[in-house]
Amino acid sequence: MIYYDRVSKVYADNSVALEDVSFSVEPGEFISVVGHSGAGKTTLIKMLLAEEEPSSGAVFFESINVHEVPARRMGELRRKIGTVFQDFKLLPSKTAYENIAFAMEAAGRSEEEIRSDVPHVLELVDLGDKINNFPDELSGGEQQRVAIARAIVNQPDVIVADEPTGNLDPVNTFEVVQILKKINDLGTTIILTTHNKGVIDSLKKRVITMDRGRVIRDDREGKYIL
Amino acid sequence: MNWVTIKRTFRTGFLSFWRNGFVSFASVLMMVFTLFIIGLAIFTGVILNTTLQQFRDKADMNVYFTTDAPEDQILALQKQVNALPEVASTEYISAGDALANFRESHQNDQLTLQALDELGQNPLGAVLNIKAKDINSYGTIASFLQSQDTAQSGQPQIIDKINYFDQQHQDAVNRLSQVTTSAKWIGLIIIIIFVITTIAISFNTLRLAIYSSREEIAVMRLVGAGQGYIRWPFMIEGMMYGLIAGIITMLLFYPLTFWLGRSTADFFGGVSVFSYYINHFVELFLIIVGSGVIIGLIASFLAVRRYLRI
Repeated sequence: MIYYDRVSKVYADNSVALEDVSFSVEPGEFISVVGHSGAGKTTLIKMLLAEEEPSSGAVFFESINVHEVPARRMGELRRKIGTVFQDFKLLPSKTAYENIAFAMEAAGRSEEEIRSDVPHVLELVDLGDKINNFPDELSGGEQQRVAIARAIVNQPDVIVADEPTGNLDPVNTFEVVQILKKINDLGTTIILTTHNKGVIDSLKKRVITMDRGRVIRDDREGKYIL
Repeated sequence: MNWVTIKRTFRTGFLSFWRNGFVSFASVLMMVFTLFIIGLAIFTGVILNTTLQQFRDKADMNVYFTTDAPEDQILALQKQVNALPEVASTEYISAGDALANFRESHQNDQLTLQALDELGQNPLGAVLNIKAKDINSYGTIASFLQSQDTAQSGQPQIIDKINYFDQQHQDAVNRLSQVTTSAKWIGLIIIIIFVITTIAISFNTLRLAIYSSREEIAVMRLVGAGQGYIRWPFMIEGMMYGLIAGIITMLLFYPLTFWLGRSTADFFGGVSVFSYYINHFVELFLIIVGSGVIIGLIASFLAVRRYLRI
């Protein structure tokens, strides 16, 4: 489903972000990418979203080389990949409802679908009562759950979560991971980057360990080993 | 783009205009300033133009006929001159009128009047006063008259003198032409500089307004919104700035031109900016509001384009 084919990324100042990275992700998998800060986890994610160009190699999503998708069709690709970030990236001028509705509108969904689906996904992430709050009226954990709701509302094939628990306390971290597990159980592929040992050890799923831009371990039912 | 998308785009544009209250306020204010300068440029242009035109209208040309020139020939020539496209108007002053005018202007000069009485006959010929549409065409008209006069071979020439060929008169006309032309250019250049500067400021204001939305644009891209879907709400917002600013500017000009109307009419001789404002309201409205909308549209288009490259 997703295939990194010998991907390398060297920045203009010769710093190496990724070096000869190859692995594939099967549909329905839950994989965690771990590593210290600067190991290349975020660059790996950005490659899949075509936010960054590889210096060499290619990234395939459902047999399509994502870096050969023209700019005007990029929206279609990105709608198949739900994204969750450490800093939530919610639109501050929109309410929780509107933030999620926006992703649906961008995908060209009808008003009826939006009216029925948005409260439903907010219910799913346990935020049914915060539907009309703006992001700055929500706690970090709540904002992250809105972000997850936004990521899943268009029923993407993959959810990419880049350090989603980085800004959260242990209770919220646990909740967010539980939600991701629930989504995975419903059949969506999840790619999670983190350096939270507790999260990895409790998941008991596939773990890819990175160090200085290289994949150094790829364990089925892995643990956080660094 | 289907109907749902258009509706959503407009709604997003209006909402964002309303919610980003202060940014909208600042942008509209800046745009009012720009449009005000454009409006002032128009009024200045009108005043400058009419004033210079009045100066140019002061120039004319006199054709003096010989004392024995038959009136019917002069009138025939006047007809020909009137038919020229360069000529605005002509005035025929018969020999008798010329004498009467002369007597009137010299009524305190007994010596001259006595000398005139001594002569026993009218020493003055008829005069044709010609006003051209353009100050630069007097030369053409003068040479036309001369050629007409010499062409009638066999008959005695009827034109005694054309004052255009006096060096002094020619110099004065040329000087007037030069001064008014350069005044027009200088005025135009100053106006253009002002307009370009304020448009640039407006562009920059909108860019800053959209700069504050760059994160938002990045998020929109990441959730899979298409380029047009992201861009249009900003462009609608930009057009709204222009529309509102245009209307405010037009309203501001009402009391301003009313207040300035009388003094400009007195000072610049004839043209009142207030009556110009009232008589050309529709054109002014279209120019001011149209410029606002177009500036808003282009400025936001360019500003968003910067942040769409993700």
